[in-house]
Amino acid sequence: MPRMSTREDLERARRLVLAGRDPDAPCVTVCGGTGCLASGAGKVVAAFEHEIESRGLSADVAFRSTGCHGYCERGPIVVVEPEETCYLRVKPDDVAEIVTETVAGTRVVDRLLYLDPATGRKVARESDIPFYRHQRRVVFGANRKVDPRSLEDFLAIGGYHALATALFDMTPAEVVDEVKGAGLRGRGGAGYPTGLKWETARNAPGDTKYVVVNCDEGDPGAYMDRSLMEGNPLGVLEGLTIGAYAIGAHEGYVYVRQEYPLAVENVLIAIEKAEGAGLLGSDILGSGFDFTVRVHRGAGAFVCGEETALLLSLEGRAGEPRPRPPYPAVKGLWERPTVINNVETWANVPLIVSGGAAAYASVGTGGSKGTKIFSLVGKINNTGLVEVPMGIALREVVYTIGGGIPGGRKLKAVQTGGPSGGCIPEERLDLQVDFDELTRAGSMMGSGGLIVMDEDTCMVDVARYFTSFLADESCGKCVPCREGLRQMHGILARICEGGGREGDLEVLQELSEVAVEASLCALGKTAPNPFLSTYRYFRDEYEAHIRENRCPALSCKALISYYIEPELCKACKLCLKACPAGAIDGERKRIHVIDQERCTRCGACLEVCPSRFGAVRKISGEPVPPPLPEDQRRIARASEGT
Amino acid sequence: MDTERVDQIIDSHRGEESALIQVLLALQRENRWLPKEALDRVCARLDVPMSRVRQIVTFYRAFSVVPKGRHQVHVCMGTACHVRGARRVLDTVQEVTGIGPGETDLEAKFSVETVNCLGCCALGPVVDVDGTTHGNLTPVAIAEVLEGYE
Repeated sequence: MPRMSTREDLERARRLVLAGRDPDAPCVTVCGGTGCLASGAGKVVAAFEHEIESRGLSADVAFRSTGCHGYCERGPIVVVEPEETCYLRVKPDDVAEIVTETVAGTRVVDRLLYLDPATGRKVARESDIPFYRHQRRVVFGANRKVDPRSLEDFLAIGGYHALATALFDMTPAEVVDEVKGAGLRGRGGAGYPTGLKWETARNAPGDTKYVVVNCDEGDPGAYMDRSLMEGNPLGVLEGLTIGAYAIGAHEGYVYVRQEYPLAVENVLIAIEKAEGAGLLGSDILGSGFDFTVRVHRGAGAFVCGEETALLLSLEGRAGEPRPRPPYPAVKGLWERPTVINNVETWANVPLIVSGGAAAYASVGTGGSKGTKIFSLVGKINNTGLVEVPMGIALREVVYTIGGGIPGGRKLKAVQTGGPSGGCIPEERLDLQVDFDELTRAGSMMGSGGLIVMDEDTCMVDVARYFTSFLADESCGKCVPCREGLRQMHGILARICEGGGREGDLEVLQELSEVAVEASLCALGKTAPNPFLSTYRYFRDEYEAHIRENRCPALSCKALISYYIEPELCKACKLCLKACPAGAIDGERKRIHVIDQERCTRCGACLEVCPSRFGAVRKISGEPVPPPLPEDQRRIARASEGT
Repeated sequence: MDTERVDQIIDSHRGEESALIQVLLALQRENRWLPKEALDRVCARLDVPMSRVRQIVTFYRAFSVVPKGRHQVHVCMGTACHVRGARRVLDTVQEVTGIGPGETDLEAKFSVETVNCLGCCALGPVVDVDGTTHGNLTPVAIAEVLEGYE
């Protein structure tokens, strides 16, 4: 794309792109997000390219490999425009049929459509699928419409209109006021008002200022920032450039964790394209505003998601948090005023500038405006990324959008807010999801992971798991976090292993209080949350472990045993072959018996036992029935008589 | 690693002190571990003390100062994978490879690491082998995947 040096150039380029596109012509879109790639989307893309070319359709059919569409559970996903026909779990072998029927013809391939379990009907249009229908995809929706490496695609959906508006119609102070007026709060965790942060940095003395994108998305179970960065990097860069203009920064950094190689690759390409087109670099669109962006890879430290640690890491140092104030907005990167926001926050900025603060603030609740992207994962039917208005009931997200719990199991809790968040139990599922309501329920918004847990999940083990994670990721600077978490983890692990003692719970509470009070950064201050929230809502599980040596969820290895019901065993040898420990005794027509001494409790026998037999059972808190005597194990076939 | 290649990598980062982490990441990516000679060269060229380089390579997980195996197995222990049975997948990885997290086997075939989240949460449990993501794993399935590596 040629360099644009005026606002008119931008609009002319946009018109040119749009003029070359027929909205009624077929366009095939394949999701190339990391989830779909893991499910084999790469081969589907290659098959489409081959098929379209070999049939001489290249001139009439547009093809696009995009970022994540969100419905990762059903990937690889293919959407054919203009009818928006959505095919799920597409394999390379399906491609020829799709091209013949839907691209060249006007028919749908029925077997690849979504089957609505509620109505028993097939759904063809993507936006009619319940998973999508109840969402409000204003930020994340762009992912499906653009090839992340194409500036043309981004212009076609109105890209850089907001930047031009900011640069030519607004003063920097007006941009800050607009973001303040919109009530945008940081999507990275704490929910600090973005406009206030910008205002502080803008008013801070000094000529050199910085803006930073925090894409060190370390919360396990959250991957919306990854998907935005991979799928629409230009959208994030546009927001960043607007922010730089607003606070008077001329240099920006994108900090991406090294586990996200595709995000690094795509943002580097986006920067190169934007620079080439005059949308980054010196004298952007002829406005006289200069702004350059550099990309830094993280090196694998969870604590670097914390802003002061991230800034030290950008300087090439070990990421140990430092006390605040001074906040980075006053003294940040190399001691200069620095605005650091996460990916999703930056991606919201262009919406506010082009649509206006009032329109933006019309969505959401009193204290939380706009939409939020959540990653809906764990024991749920429709796993993936969902964007919903702030204030939506958690129950609606889990059941209407998420489609409920698989296998007819019962929901136990939804874990929100990352490792230092908390668990919301089933009975509180009607709460409105926003920053303040989640905090009141003893959890937090965090970066937006919603991990669904069913009755098979042990809440003591969940607390142990998160505490172990946080103890491991503690940078070690302050004692309550470094030593306190280690002690907490030790006690929780002991309880899970059946060694719980009276008094353990009191010690855990005491250690929690100290860590909350005396730690320096948010990691330590919130680290006891996993214990505190599970203890608040699931005290009975803790007591069952300690007093009865019983794991109610049948999950803690040390407290469970596997047992084969002699009446149900059909002596099919499946478990016998699958057992890696050689702990199962039996042969054809002889009832199988598990040697409890040799059993490693891996569960392979339960996994392979056909569900129509259902002979393998987990038990906890009660003795394993003695094995059937040798002489009673023989199974006689019905035809032979008994 | 030969000094020439180390120098090239340092030069491509403009030899700035603040690029220390980025330089080490590039070396790690290329060589799979950081030999002492390479670290010495980095100290000399970027003019930073070895104590700081040591601090960086031990603080951040991405670095290794011991040799690694031909195949890097990263078992995701993220929350979504955890509730779907990541622990049992890890147990199987340990049984098949004979090594635990952070270890490399004697033939230098596999190195096993646990990671906190690979960001493929919808497909948990997930294991990444040499950059290829394997999703929706069971203990039986991961054993088959690993047996396919030479």
